[in-house]
Amino acid sequence: MNKIKSLLCVFWLAASSLLSVGVAATNLTGAGATFPYPIYAKWADTYKTQTGIALNYQSIGSGGGIKQIIAKTVDFGASDMPLEIKELDKNGLMQFPAVIGGVVPVINIAGIATGQLRLDGKVLADIFLGKITKWNDPALLALNTTVKLPDETITVIHRSDGSGTTFVFTNYLSKISPSWKSTVGEGTAVSWKVGTGGKGNEGVASYVQRIKNSIGYVEYAYALQNKMAYTQLKNQSGQFVKPDDASFKAAATHANWESAPGFYELLTNEPGKESWPITGATFILMHKVQNKPETAKEVLKFFDWAYSNGGGMAEALDYVPIPETLQKLVRAAWKSQLKDSKGKAIEMR
Amino acid sequence: MKRHNLLDILFRNVTRLSAFIVLMLLLAILISLVIGSMPSIKTFGLKFLASPNWDPVSGDFGALVPVIGTLATSAIALLIAIPVSFGIALFLTEMSPPWLRRPLGVAIELLAGIPSIIYGMWGLFVFAPFFADHIQPWLIQKLGPLPIFGPLFQGIPMGIGMLTAGIILAIMVIPFIASVMRDVFEVVPTLLKESAYGLGSTTWEVVWHVVLPYTKIGVAGGIMLGLGRALGETMAVTFVIGNAHQLSTSLLMPGNSISSALANEFNEAVGELYTSALVELGLILFLITFIILSLARYMLHVLTKREGVVA
Repeated sequence: MNKIKSLLCVFWLAASSLLSVGVAATNLTGAGATFPYPIYAKWADTYKTQTGIALNYQSIGSGGGIKQIIAKTVDFGASDMPLEIKELDKNGLMQFPAVIGGVVPVINIAGIATGQLRLDGKVLADIFLGKITKWNDPALLALNTTVKLPDETITVIHRSDGSGTTFVFTNYLSKISPSWKSTVGEGTAVSWKVGTGGKGNEGVASYVQRIKNSIGYVEYAYALQNKMAYTQLKNQSGQFVKPDDASFKAAATHANWESAPGFYELLTNEPGKESWPITGATFILMHKVQNKPETAKEVLKFFDWAYSNGGGMAEALDYVPIPETLQKLVRAAWKSQLKDSKGKAIEMR
Repeated sequence: MKRHNLLDILFRNVTRLSAFIVLMLLLAILISLVIGSMPSIKTFGLKFLASPNWDPVSGDFGALVPVIGTLATSAIALLIAIPVSFGIALFLTEMSPPWLRRPLGVAIELLAGIPSIIYGMWGLFVFAPFFADHIQPWLIQKLGPLPIFGPLFQGIPMGIGMLTAGIILAIMVIPFIASVMRDVFEVVPTLLKESAYGLGSTTWEVVWHVVLPYTKIGVAGGIMLGLGRALGETMAVTFVIGNAHQLSTSLLMPGNSISSALANEFNEAVGELYTSALVELGLILFLITFIILSLARYMLHVLTKREGVVA
């Protein structure tokens, strides 16, 4: 009996000491979007070696990130879909963009290499609405005079899970095509008219690679890593552009951030000759009134560091860093919007 | 002596408590599912079951597509798995040379231990492309134009879809059904079998008239175990079913099952109605499983009762 008792004691001690270790270390916690996870992880890793402060980011999805920050279980939330200003105000949140990426249509048609097929927004919307069902549809032939399009049925691949990628993609189609807007609309998950769903970017990528004559949409990084054939798109200025860092950056700089309250700005269908039309920023969410100003300060220091020093790492992972002008606006927003419980601004230094 | 009694009482109560905990858990899960799905039940009522819509943007949800997907894939799985498992069990108990029995039996049990995600990946990366290139075109060509069955096999060969999900499920449940069948076949008294052989029965006649009637309950139990697994299987199905909320007569087209809809959409479900519609899907799966298992119990009960009368 005594033996059991002492054994229990040991267990209890071990368990409580484990818990107390968890409390003692300086840890920043965040949760949300999966799309920026690789770059947040990279930043966190480098930041830890430089400062000793660890960031624990859980990529549970944008919806989960929003839920967790509202419930205050994390220090910051992350979402690929910006919250509208009234949604922010209702929950006492502020948001700022962290990094920029692009969504690209990917295809699998024998004989057509990457960057050869030309699409515009209307044709893309009609394909995903099921109105254009053949690759040699007159609308497609009119855009593509140089490549040979087969007489095959188009298989549409979309995301099966809710996703910021889907939000950016459907937001673009809604801006371009009135019939898309009225029948499907925009959101992290929508009611698809045709097609098959793959889970995650990797799911869509593998379906497109596997199914002949298919079209899907993925984050640019996934298209590159899987060596998939992406298409050109016609942008607002009527130019056909290829997706790359330069065209994403062009879209980001042409966006009018100054007049976007709460940084509610979607980078789809931006003006500018070089702009890639399906670009999107991913956002960080924080409570405006901070009960733990010390932790909030560390979160801001982390993102300030990431803005100043993390650009190269972002580019290496095929993201686009936030342009300087926008960084200034974000830093000003931190100063003016984030307060501790006494209403004092949170000083970073 | 007294101490003994005390221990006895203690022991009895501990076991009783353990048994009741299971019941309480079951009840607690049911209650929390009902509470969680209240907003959706209030909004859609019974229409939820009949509506094929699933539109997160406008907040219009219905369970018809995932319910049909769940039932159809499980039915396909059983349709394939029962005869194959029966064959496996029969071979292992009646016909296999003794030295082969153990390795084969172990192999089947190992098959049951493979995590479902492995089946899913294998299904997507190996089976689906093979199916799309070699089997589906044939199905579409030969079976597609047929009158009644035809519409089940029309479409384009994508490799993924309801039929693929059903086949993968069949492979997953075969080890369960087969090993239960083998175990119950083995307990049939040799005396009975030998007597039948002695009367000049063939192996088939022995199995059909002696072994199966004797082991009916165990066999049905094994099938139910397999069905239970097929109904709730998530990862493997998610990989190959195509995850589209579309109603289609063709088994080659993508569909959705309850569990894969949950796995796909729960993370990113924003808003009360969306989340509660998903929870209600979970509740429906719970009820489906419950109803099917109860029906099976009842059927067995009737069968056992009738036994004496007919004979």
